[in-house]
Amino acid sequence: MGDIAVEASGVSKRFRLYHERNQSLKAAFMRGGRAKFDEFWALQDVDLQIPVGKTFGLIGHNGSGKSTLLKCLAGILVPDRGSIDVHGRVSALLELGAGFHPELSGRDNVYLNGSILGMSKKQIDRQFDEIVDFAGLETFIDTPVKNYSSGMYVRLGFSVAINVDPEILMVDEVLAVGDESFQRKCMEKFADFRAQGRTVVIVSHALSTMRTMCDEVAWLDHGHLKGVGHPRDLVDEYVGGSHEDRVVDDGADPVGQPTRGARWGSGEVTISSVELLDAGLPTSHVPTGAEVTFRIHWKADRPVREPVFGIAVHTLDGVHVTGPNTRDVDLATGTLEGAGHLDLRVPQLMLTPGTYELTAAVFDHSVVHTFDHRDKLFRFDVAPGRPRDQYGVISLGGSWELASDAGSST
Amino acid sequence: MGRVSHAQEDVISQFRMALANRELLGNLVLRELRGKYKGTALGWFWSLLNPLAATLIFSVVFGAILRVNPTVGADGIHNYTLFLLCALLPWNYFSGVVNAGMAAMLDNANLIKKTAFPRQLLVFSASVSLFVTFCIEMLVLAVAFLLFGADPLLWVVPTLVLMVLLALFATGLALMLSVANVYFRDSAHFVAIGLQVLFYATPVIYPITLVSHVSPDSLVARLHIDSLYYANPLVHYVEAFRDLLYDHQIPSLTTVLVVVLTAASSLWLGWTVFTRYSGRLAEEL
Ligand SMILES: Nc1ncnc2c1ncn2[C@@H]1O[C@H](COP(=O)(O)OP(=O)(O)O)[C@@H](O)[C@H]1O
Ligand SMILES: [Mg+2]
Repeated sequence: MGDIAVEASGVSKRFRLYHERNQSLKAAFMRGGRAKFDEFWALQDVDLQIPVGKTFGLIGHNGSGKSTLLKCLAGILVPDRGSIDVHGRVSALLELGAGFHPELSGRDNVYLNGSILGMSKKQIDRQFDEIVDFAGLETFIDTPVKNYSSGMYVRLGFSVAINVDPEILMVDEVLAVGDESFQRKCMEKFADFRAQGRTVVIVSHALSTMRTMCDEVAWLDHGHLKGVGHPRDLVDEYVGGSHEDRVVDDGADPVGQPTRGARWGSGEVTISSVELLDAGLPTSHVPTGAEVTFRIHWKADRPVREPVFGIAVHTLDGVHVTGPNTRDVDLATGTLEGAGHLDLRVPQLMLTPGTYELTAAVFDHSVVHTFDHRDKLFRFDVAPGRPRDQYGVISLGGSWELASDAGSST
Repeated sequence: MGRVSHAQEDVISQFRMALANRELLGNLVLRELRGKYKGTALGWFWSLLNPLAATLIFSVVFGAILRVNPTVGADGIHNYTLFLLCALLPWNYFSGVVNAGMAAMLDNANLIKKTAFPRQLLVFSASVSLFVTFCIEMLVLAVAFLLFGADPLLWVVPTLVLMVLLALFATGLALMLSVANVYFRDSAHFVAIGLQVLFYATPVIYPITLVSHVSPDSLVARLHIDSLYYANPLVHYVEAFRDLLYDHQIPSLTTVLVVVLTAASSLWLGWTVFTRYSGRLAEEL
């Protein structure tokens, strides 16, 4: 027991999906006191043991129940079945919110949140400057938080959550928000935490970060625990398997995520799949600087003259990184019929570590008419490699040279 | 039902948790008190101005125009306004707590959805912060009695005890209504009507003698409305307040019993209902 920080056994969580948004007493009386709703199991029979001092990751597609599990562990939701034992003081930071009261100033919210997390006023007094400093909000601390940007909101929330001296820190998808320097500060803080032997439970879409940061990860799939294990193995398995059922998954996603995997076009030429090849082998995981090939498999039932192919790479935040296509480089595609593939050879993949999404499309020769557009049909991970740059989206591949100007030093 | 235990190994850390919750309650109360009149020019003054306006209206309408005859109190006091305030201030507190309880969960949805803490505290903090205002109002009333030649000093302690009992009674109700309002969003409308009925069914603006002295063959007596009337616990609370403050006498044993028992059972029931249904608050909000 001494080395388990959080233990979940047989945890199941059921949500009710009401037919009317707000239940009214009148309606309840008319139905004989029974509210009308469907039940939906967001978590089923999840068993987890999170050891003390480990950084533990949760991965899984949208709607797989990661946030629900985290909220159960943090004591915000109560599971319908099973039990959760937590040994130690928990501080949780969920999605874009720290439970701030919008009308109150940042200062009042720090005190309120601190006391919710179990700190005394004296303790908060002592930590206050550090909290504000870490969030970088000195000038806004007396402004009501409703006027904060989402970045400021998250920064303050994160800063409170980590500075209240928790034994167990739980963080959900927060690293995606905030600028690069703040993210780096967070990573440093996580490293400190780990060094101090504290437990961290983290949900993130940044798979490469999860791979390097976590000691162990758990993979959730439609509310079931699909596996717990070494991050390298599990993340690879997840990434490898996830593009297969992506389209189906997201189409059925009850949260109504943006239509990932959408497809449109008249279909004279179709794109049947896209592959990322590293040394000739399909993969979804490559290091920065690798020599890779993007392979587009196409099909055309009847001859089509001079179609234009293109791909687009987006970050998960939706930043359009690049969009190479055959027209910009004046590639003559001739007349296509039957099936085949088209390769885009990239001598050095200059993307910084992170997760990216690939869109592929084929148009007619004037690029006015779409034959087939397959939005975000493939997701791949870039791991640290060479060049070793890690900030921003691309590496310039440059090299540094230091020199002294003549006469400037004596 | 699943079980969540955030285990604390030793007594000391449990004590620390309790202490932390006390601080949290304090912070929530401060937030209510600060937030309530923030941004209004008269600020805190409003908290006294509102009952003052109500007092003025009732005094004019019922004291001067309808000529409701108040009983003669201790030291020969015969004043409708003082008579009214002995009941109106406790009533205001009671309805304030009920209304604040109704809003407590909905107003703090963000806090409930994102953080874990005993949700009861939201109702408690509303009730404590209103109690602060209640105390100030009662203090003003005590001074008014002094000015009119009655000395309420001896009765301060029993009155305080009664105020606490009323607070427990109101808080229990508020606990129940706070969760009910999350599951049935139109509860608030029913409660608003209920409070209005309750106000006239409680001897606030009129003396209880008007009800207790009805002739046996009147419609009220024949329909047993008078016995129904006494089923309203607030009748007993209000009478107890008047006994202590206006008449300077110890309330009857029945009154004391009713008050103590209703306070205890309301709190117990409220707590039970709340713990039973508060588990799903974060997802229902
Ligand atoms: N309060 C709620 N009421 C009903 N359904 C919910 C609620 N919260 C989450 N869900 C559903 O539970 C499932 C799991 O959601 P979530 O835990 O947020 O997934 P993830 O964080 O892995 O994307 C989703 O299908 C979501 O729609
Ligand atoms: Mg989530």
